Amino acid sequence: MTADIYTPERDLGTPAGHGDATLHVTIDGATVDVPAGTSVMRAAALAGRSVPKLCATDTLAPFGSCRMCLVEVDGVRGTPASCTTPCTDGMVVTTHSDELARLRRGVMELYLTDHPADCAGCARGNCEMQSLAATVGVAEIRYPRREPARQHAPYDETNPYFAYDPAACIVCSRCVRACSETQGTFALTIAGRGNGSVVTPGGTDFFSSECVSCGACVQACPTSALTEKSVIQLGMPTRVVETTCAYCGVGCTFRAEVSDHGGDTRVVRMIPSKAGGANEGHSCVKGRFAYGYAHHPDRQLHPMVRESIDDEWRVVSWEEAIATVASGFKAIQAKYGVGAIGGITSSRCTDEEVYVVQQMVRAGFGNNNVDTCARVCHSPTGYGLKQTFGTSAGTQDFASVADADVILLIGANPTDAHPVFASRMKRRLREGARLIVADPRRIDLVRTPHVEAAYHLPLQPGTNVAFVNAMAHVAVTEGLHDEAFLRERCENVDGYLAFISDPQHSPEAVEVITGVPAAQLREAARLYASAPNAAIYYGLGVTEHSQGSTMVMGMANLAMITGNIGRRGVGVNPLRGQNNVQGSCDMGSFPHELPGYRHVANDDVRGIYEQRWGRALDPEPGLRIPNMFDSALAGTFRGVYIQGEDLAQSDPNTQHVEAALRAMDLVVLQDLFLNQTARFAHVFLPGTSFLEKDGTFINAERRINRVRPVFAPLQGKDEWQITSEIAQAMGYPMHYDNAAQIMDEIAATTPTFAGVSFATLDAEGSMQWPVNAAAPHGTPTMHVNEFVRGKGNLVETVYVPTTERANRRYPLILTTGRILTQYNVGAQTRRTENNAWHLEDILEIHPADAEMRGIATGDLVELSSRVGSTTLRAHVSSRMPPGVVYTTFHHPVTGANVVTTENSDWATNCPEYKVTAVQVGVANVRRETDLEAQRRQSTVEYAGTT
Amino acid sequence: MTTRPEVRMGNDIARQFAHLSHDRATAAIAGHLHMFWEPRMIRALRGAVAAGDDDVDPLLRDAAAKL
Repeated sequence: MTADIYTPERDLGTPAGHGDATLHVTIDGATVDVPAGTSVMRAAALAGRSVPKLCATDTLAPFGSCRMCLVEVDGVRGTPASCTTPCTDGMVVTTHSDELARLRRGVMELYLTDHPADCAGCARGNCEMQSLAATVGVAEIRYPRREPARQHAPYDETNPYFAYDPAACIVCSRCVRACSETQGTFALTIAGRGNGSVVTPGGTDFFSSECVSCGACVQACPTSALTEKSVIQLGMPTRVVETTCAYCGVGCTFRAEVSDHGGDTRVVRMIPSKAGGANEGHSCVKGRFAYGYAHHPDRQLHPMVRESIDDEWRVVSWEEAIATVASGFKAIQAKYGVGAIGGITSSRCTDEEVYVVQQMVRAGFGNNNVDTCARVCHSPTGYGLKQTFGTSAGTQDFASVADADVILLIGANPTDAHPVFASRMKRRLREGARLIVADPRRIDLVRTPHVEAAYHLPLQPGTNVAFVNAMAHVAVTEGLHDEAFLRERCENVDGYLAFISDPQHSPEAVEVITGVPAAQLREAARLYASAPNAAIYYGLGVTEHSQGSTMVMGMANLAMITGNIGRRGVGVNPLRGQNNVQGSCDMGSFPHELPGYRHVANDDVRGIYEQRWGRALDPEPGLRIPNMFDSALAGTFRGVYIQGEDLAQSDPNTQHVEAALRAMDLVVLQDLFLNQTARFAHVFLPGTSFLEKDGTFINAERRINRVRPVFAPLQGKDEWQITSEIAQAMGYPMHYDNAAQIMDEIAATTPTFAGVSFATLDAEGSMQWPVNAAAPHGTPTMHVNEFVRGKGNLVETVYVPTTERANRRYPLILTTGRILTQYNVGAQTRRTENNAWHLEDILEIHPADAEMRGIATGDLVELSSRVGSTTLRAHVSSRMPPGVVYTTFHHPVTGANVVTTENSDWATNCPEYKVTAVQVGVANVRRETDLEAQRRQSTVEYAGTT
Repeated sequence: MTTRPEVRMGNDIARQFAHLSHDRATAAIAGHLHMFWEPRMIRALRGAVAAGDDDVDPLLRDAAAKL
């Protein structure tokens, strides 16, 4: 997984065959057994015989155009292309002969006649064709050089991250096929024919095109026609470290390809690993390209303290900073009690870093006031799935979607927020699976190249529970439910069936609530309930509501009553927001649960940790993040340790959050940057980027991935070490030699992690929990024969409307979300060239709502709610339904959470970001200067990155 | 006057169980509070009930008595 010398990832030429039969094939005298469906090229590679190739690569279907991979097959006339020739049992193949060598030299000569003699890729050593020419032995080119049209096409460097040199292109179509097959965007095509053929992003430049900058085309290119600008600047890498992306909950595995120049290590490029269980060789623009923030000039590398938040920061030693934290927290506890302090863990940090924070709080602080930023995204998933299935996690692996016949997508926008999983989903949809989209907005998946949803159900924000109940009502009352599954696998069956059969849940009855036409909802419900395999995927459009937990249980009900649990192609699948939301929750970050989702009141579980940690633990739940804010304003909560989270930008009702932070005596912030929360901090502890971390992340499919350091922590300490030193300074002995020791303790104390260690992860690549004696290699699909809790629990999910209602003063409903190129509060992506695509938050508004307010696209508008107002630019869009507006929260100058309210999920206090009653009007121009200042600042910021 | 946080959040919980019989509803609400609320929040809720806070949902009031 890591190599001190750079070698590209092995390419077997064509994808693996998946047939049941095993075929015996002889290649150049060597025998190899392969599954049916394997190409001759792949079989040869598996037998250790390399067949020359240009248009083939094992991430794409065979194409058969370059004619370099010709072979001889006994009993077959001619020289077939090995990439498109499937193996047959008993086949005898010759890959190298004088005749084959002559043919290949001839083909290569023809390629070289079209190729510029001064190609820069040759000099960089980044060209498969150059090395192949040497391999096949082309000593001279006997034909006159030609200058095809593409040699005169313009060099395109409009994309911030890669350049396109048409002159170096050999028109092998690998880039076009990567865009179509792997990414599913279809942005590239080949224009012209013959000598005039040229790859083009739709007749425009790359930046102006439909390209989403996933980089699949760059990775696929066998020449230097498409090259990362970082490779052009830094040259080819010298070594490789396999690690895990730190953006969304897909958790892609990457080969960090780096070069060392003296003591300075630089990432040359990030290449998605084909062995990555979550991504299988694919990536998005954030994971592949937006890593420059790790070396951004804004990065803080020294601890800092100040007496008051009005003072200037003072750089201090680690010893002074840690002593300040420890003495400050101890003084608060001495004066206000043990429960007056707490900690907040980060879903961007590793499991090991999170685990030690909750340990420090529970054993060192002596209370359970620990919470996680998952509070504001997927805490209802934790509650809802535990109540119904018995554990707080999704049911499937990502690969499972390949077996889904119907996909019900609710409150999620994967092409923007989980792009690599979206590509998997689109592939399945192109194969014929049907899609139901339940979302107020017409998201891209409703209609995108080669994909069109069977139903788009634009339900009103806040009405999810009414919607899902109506879906279940149709399934039950029309006899489409799985009675046998219910009787065998579930409890409270009769009570639930009676509840959901009530006419109040019929599509006709709830149409006035949801706004979804009853006939459409009925058809969609029939489609879902009748499918051999129907899968639910959902996002924050489910959880971030006052009934978020109820909705999660409602979806679990729908899956159970239709028997869509416990096998591939089905299930209830949360698309997690951040890279380690799952892991931070697994590690005991919730104030009522120890690691493994076990309640603090459980004497036996508490005993495990009391023995291990040597301290008595509090059996009562601690404060959640919003409770901490309320208690701070009440004067009973005075100090907090915040690990990698920007509460002042990400949490709702900014004025309330800022007042709470300002009310505390000691705010300790551990982060890469001085973010918005730093304005209220007294101690700043510099953190590490993912490129410096050693540990694990757990993605949305429960996959435990290794995170390996590319270079040593730039600020001198691992984050788990900082936490341990604070605990020790407070008088609690807490010591680990390395991150592996922490995982060993997690495994020793948490049954679902019993078989996990860094060594087993390194051997397996990755594993999905539970990993234990019954499942030593992990568990891709959960609840196969029985639910974790035994019987599945059907919960009567009553629809209780939110108290947040549109009215005459605030007649519109605001819902918030993300876009592709920025990530959450933007702390990372705003410090990369991703700003080229998205420099400010935009308010999307329906044309009718815009017209009655005199708003045009580009106008500056004031967005106001009952708690605050902000100013941003408008985009008039028919993607929005009338009465609903939408924006992102990536930029602090906009501060979208200035307008969101204190409303939250009844069970978990997850904020109701998706429903805020607002008014929108044309703004005065005063804020224009603020936005211009932000643009200038962002331009300065990303100009310094690579 | 602004509703105090514990009352607002408690009322949200109470509304979720309002469809049940009084005994089942108050038991469910009390069970949820016991499982998820930090003791000072429960004390604050009891204080609001004892003070006769008009904003307290009657179901929540009765549930608080079971804590």
